[in-house]
Amino acid sequence: MSFLGQALAIAAKDLRSEVRSKETVNASLSFALVILLLFSFAFDPDSDQVREIAGGLLWLVFAFAGTLILNRSFARELVNDCLDALIASPVSGAQLFFGKCLANYTLLIIVECISLPVFAIFYNVRLPHSLALLFLVMLLGTWGLTVIGTLFSAMTVNELMLPTLVYPLLIPALMGAIQLSSVLIAGDPVGEQNLFWFRLLAAFDVIFTILSLGLVEIVLVG
Amino acid sequence: MSPASAVAIQGVWKYYGDFPALRDISFDVKAGSCLALLGRNGAGKTTLLRILAGLSRAARGTITILGGDARSEKTRQRIGILGHGIGVYEELSAFENLRLFGRLYGVEDPRKTATEWLERTGLDRVRDGLVREFSRGMRQRLAVARCFLHNPSVLLLDEPFTALDDRAIHVLQDLLKSALAEGRTIIMSTHQLREALELATDVALINRGKLGFRGERTWEMLEDPGWLYRHYGEA
Repeated sequence: MSFLGQALAIAAKDLRSEVRSKETVNASLSFALVILLLFSFAFDPDSDQVREIAGGLLWLVFAFAGTLILNRSFARELVNDCLDALIASPVSGAQLFFGKCLANYTLLIIVECISLPVFAIFYNVRLPHSLALLFLVMLLGTWGLTVIGTLFSAMTVNELMLPTLVYPLLIPALMGAIQLSSVLIAGDPVGEQNLFWFRLLAAFDVIFTILSLGLVEIVLVG
Repeated sequence: MSPASAVAIQGVWKYYGDFPALRDISFDVKAGSCLALLGRNGAGKTTLLRILAGLSRAARGTITILGGDARSEKTRQRIGILGHGIGVYEELSAFENLRLFGRLYGVEDPRKTATEWLERTGLDRVRDGLVREFSRGMRQRLAVARCFLHNPSVLLLDEPFTALDDRAIHVLQDLLKSALAEGRTIIMSTHQLREALELATDVALINRGKLGFRGERTWEMLEDPGWLYRHYGEA
């Protein structure tokens, strides 16, 4: 089977398991909604301050809620030694990793798509006319989060160190996503200076995808 | 590696930290033979099997399986592994598990093959049942089906008879006998000497990471399974 075919088989397996167990999505979504609700009490939804910090708040929720999904990505393979069965099969580390990324990405995007309108309601934010651009930022930022989180999930499969390792590496991607999201939610045009953040996000995604695909075999087998 | 060897292990060392789990292990396994890998707990049997299966890398030495590297995709396609864990997913049905592994192993018709193996292992009646609802015996039969469904040329079995129910032992023994008759190569680590030695054509004994004995299985071993440990085991 082709590289993508094998990766899709892994992704379909992960998504089917998740649909049946709802192991991570429930936890991640509950966490996102509770954080959004709690912060809505801390800030006045009508103040300008909220619009200024909107991007940061949104990505704080996405990043923390996302970790709950990413943390279990490889840990769920430990049950019945399924990880050994996968590594022993003719699937390459890169195919396994890419399949897991696709499944995690889908789950993260679902959580984000549910959280975004809730955020808009709680914080009295009118979703921008350029919603498509905001969605593009979400897609780019989430892929960066997914790639780094999935790789570290493989590295820390027996431990709970994922958040401490992932967040420092994610700083450039989060900075870009926060900056762009704040501009778009405020309804400002994406000027020339903000194109830099788009480029940064795209470059981050490409570089870390290539690096992770190259490193994952060593991470899994040694 | 002689032309008739399916597996060649040459000067393999493996360390866990500073501790040498395997120390200069070298031997060949003829194609079509069944090697019983024996040794006390912690001797290094599982470590060696994991290296053969491509789950871990040797610190030194070389492993050649069917003429290729243990981690090459082509080689792994021809290896079946049954480890300590059953290697099947709790949230998938028996059929979905076998279809998934059929796809991953590049089986021509994964659906048909999965159905055939469910019948061969007596699981066809619970085809669509989730594994999490299965009894231990049923899970183990499913694991056996997963190991065999891609028609592997080399079978690596780590304690295959441990904790199996009578039916699963019977299924596995029949499959292993057929596999040998078809010329496949089997390497199995075990503590169940009688079952293993009945099937084995060859024996390797590992003592604290070192090869203590390697030779053909003899009638003395079959009549008295403790014979090997008394003559070649660690003092």
